[in-house]
Amino acid sequence: MSLLEVENLVVEFPGRRGTLRALDGISFSIAPGEILGVVGESGAGKSLTGAAIIGLLEPPGRVASGEIRLEGQRIDHLPHEQMRHIRGRRIGAIFQDPLTSLNPLYTVGQQLVETIQTHLPVNAAEARRRAVALLKDTGIPAAEQRVDHYPHQFSGGMRQRVVIALALAAEPQLIVADEPTTALDVSIQAQIIQLLKSICKTRGAAVMLITHDMGVIAETCDRVAVMYAGRIAEIGPVHEVINHPAHPYTAGLMAAIPDMESERDELYQIDGAMPRLTAIPPGCAFNPRCPRGFHERCRTVRPELIPAGATRAACWLHDPASGVAA
Amino acid sequence: MTATPQPLVRAHDLAKTFDVSAPWLNRVIERKPRALLHAVDGVGFEIERGQTLALVGESGCGKSTVARLLVGLYAPTRGGFTFDGQDAHAAFQQRDARAMRRRIQMIFQDPYASLNPRWLVEDIVGEPLREHGLITGKAELKTRVGELLQSVGLSAQDMAKYPHQFSGGQRQRISIARALATEPEFLVCDEPTSALDVSVQAQVLNIMKRLQRERRLTYLFISHNLAVVRHVSDQVGVMYLGRLVELAGKHALFERPRHPYTRMLLDAIPKMHDTGRARTPVQGEVPNPLNPPPGCAFNPRCPHANERCRTERPQLRSIGGIRIACHAVEEGRI
Amino acid sequence: MKNPLARWLDSDVGYSFRTSPVAMAAAFIAAVCVFCSVFAGWVAPHNPFDLSTLELSDARLPPAWAPEGSAKYLLGTDDQGRDILSALIYGARISLVVGVASVLLSVVMGVALGLLAGFRGGWVDGVLMRLCDVVLSFPAILVALLIAGVGRAVFPNAPESLAFGVLILSIALTGWVQYARTVRGSTLVERNKEYVQAARVTGVSSLRIMRRHVLPNVMGPVLVLATIQVATAIITEATLSFLGVGAPPTSPSLGTLIRVGNDYLFSGEWWITIFPGIMLVLIALSVNLLGDWLRDALNPRLR
Repeated sequence: MSLLEVENLVVEFPGRRGTLRALDGISFSIAPGEILGVVGESGAGKSLTGAAIIGLLEPPGRVASGEIRLEGQRIDHLPHEQMRHIRGRRIGAIFQDPLTSLNPLYTVGQQLVETIQTHLPVNAAEARRRAVALLKDTGIPAAEQRVDHYPHQFSGGMRQRVVIALALAAEPQLIVADEPTTALDVSIQAQIIQLLKSICKTRGAAVMLITHDMGVIAETCDRVAVMYAGRIAEIGPVHEVINHPAHPYTAGLMAAIPDMESERDELYQIDGAMPRLTAIPPGCAFNPRCPRGFHERCRTVRPELIPAGATRAACWLHDPASGVAA
Repeated sequence: MTATPQPLVRAHDLAKTFDVSAPWLNRVIERKPRALLHAVDGVGFEIERGQTLALVGESGCGKSTVARLLVGLYAPTRGGFTFDGQDAHAAFQQRDARAMRRRIQMIFQDPYASLNPRWLVEDIVGEPLREHGLITGKAELKTRVGELLQSVGLSAQDMAKYPHQFSGGQRQRISIARALATEPEFLVCDEPTSALDVSVQAQVLNIMKRLQRERRLTYLFISHNLAVVRHVSDQVGVMYLGRLVELAGKHALFERPRHPYTRMLLDAIPKMHDTGRARTPVQGEVPNPLNPPPGCAFNPRCPHANERCRTERPQLRSIGGIRIACHAVEEGRI
Repeated sequence: MKNPLARWLDSDVGYSFRTSPVAMAAAFIAAVCVFCSVFAGWVAPHNPFDLSTLELSDARLPPAWAPEGSAKYLLGTDDQGRDILSALIYGARISLVVGVASVLLSVVMGVALGLLAGFRGGWVDGVLMRLCDVVLSFPAILVALLIAGVGRAVFPNAPESLAFGVLILSIALTGWVQYARTVRGSTLVERNKEYVQAARVTGVSSLRIMRRHVLPNVMGPVLVLATIQVATAIITEATLSFLGVGAPPTSPSLGTLIRVGNDYLFSGEWWITIFPGIMLVLIALSVNLLGDWLRDALNPRLR
């Protein structure tokens, strides 16, 4: 059974100029212990997906329809108190900026102990022992001393390790990580990616990794979902999506990324820009920019995710009824 | 015998130190020492006309400071650079620094902060023209601004809009148009695509390469993204804690990196197509720039460090066609 | 092509205005007061300052709805036979003029000094901020009293316009500090932004950068502060007039009227003080409410 199931999730922002549909029918699932990457450019809706799952959508944003199920239990419209218990105990979160994720007024140990004691029935001494163990597991040297240090006494990479420790403190089954390595140097990025992979494998936690960096996805994830204009364009095993992209947007994205291995004079560019949420075209959202838009249906009917080789892509090219060799 | 043309930009022992000490009263009462930040500590390179030198490094390496030194936003504490044979900083100090400022321009990283939100695009792109008195009639100014916008792939009608009506990639193009207004020869680009999405980045980089070809521009390209650097540069310089550790042609650097830090950087980049390979990332982090390690700045993290590395700072020397600052390479140990 | 008013009403700020009954009511009241002040000559039934029209026999008449009142003097008369309603309207004019003028002067001084402090930094910034601290440590009324008193002593037979000038100056001299501080803070932020650096790289002079690049971007909070400060300035002026060092007695402002009426409060002639008091409250309140609304409307996070 999947750990997390998202079915036709729609997130809307009612405003005075009308209602903005930021996520338009997202569906995916995460198996226990799996690492799913959610990749997309700015405005695609990947952070919103994470926020909707943790239950931290900023008002007036709200889940308009669809279901989010954690181990079969619906969590999308839970009352505030119940969601608070789930958040932390069963779902942990890692955000982008380690500087603001930690409270500067409390020691690292105090924050860890607070999280542990909120969700687990342990006494203070046991909580502290677990906190030190967590710091050790996330690779912080001299954990017994550093547990009493304040966040500002840690460097950027160390702080992000503390944030990971905090996310894992209550032993959640799912971790939602929103751009955890974007603010870090490349060498630290590599360390944090490795830490995330190993610690989640040992603790059996699944991870939803949200990022715009395809390279990080390639190194870390088992499966990846590519988002475009509030919808999922393609989803599948990471090597398949990267090496044999079925959706023209994914293919364009992969071609536009400057590659360490090959050398080209000009980078492939997808003309135009992602449509604003207020002006999403009818039919397929990518159609105006698509080099392979071939059919009237692309302009009128929105494609669902259909099997395309080893992945699933929301593209009429792969509809066997269309009669086009993809 | 014809003399070889000298490089357009030649930097020599460029250094910039910032005084970040606590205020005087705090220093007296709390007995704190003076704190000096050696953001750039002796950097030298040459850039030929029409070429691109890329400076790469992680946070605190000083590459942004080098960029600002080369456009005259900072004055160097030591050393300097010549532009077309002329001492650039002396020129910046003079009353007619204009002549020098016309030939050197800059493109910034943040597309949202690099354009004045209260000005029309027409005024933003036209400001260098007005400031240098290059065009005086209003109609000619409008025409010229329209041409500049078109050369970066925007339309002339866009000059009547405000920056907030454009996306990040389009704003960066407006920045490029502004930088090109005075027809400069040398452009310093400080992480111009780091804040942009991948597909937009491709558009902007393609424009920059095309403009370089068409107008024989010389670029100093600052970035932390080695893949982008590989795409745009001819020469690459790797910086660490204010010093240049390796300076080589693009192919030499990417195919045969010699310096341990360069190797570590290249290794740390997530690879997209070769992900099965197990990597061991180098431990440690960039030390505090206020307190650099003695000797070679990289020695605490270097697997090849010996006693000499911990005491004596390596100089940038030419070895086998590249320039490198590493005792281990000099001594032939790696 | 929509006209500018229609476009403004359609904007976020305009929408906020349309949906805020408080803002609309406050704007209406303020507009009425301003209108009356500007066209006082036509609106007021009498001219309270024309001594020839005063009839001492009409002194201390109660408002029109009271038994001894007369319809000629709607709100009654004061001890010299002046129609209270007309005095209110002319007094409001003085209050508004003094209030707006002193705020304008404060804004000019404060913004200029704030820009200078923020842009230059270093010792200039230090000196100016210490100056702000010193000025803030004096209560505004005391400073105003001091200047007004000194002014009177130095120019005992000064013409009325000079007296008003001194009054405006004395209120402005304590009000500029908050603008200076706000603008300095915003300038420190804007100074490091890349569009300022881009202008420097182009070779634009510091003065031009301050004036043309930074200034438009720091004026936002100033507008809100200025609106609210108009109310404060009006009350300060009223206080000074009440204490006798504000508007000259020949052109009484609302504060003067309140002072004059104060003496008669206990003998039962309440209207001489109460009506000017109500008028003062109305003006100050409506301007304050407008300022509050403006601050919330311009705050991007609340939208």
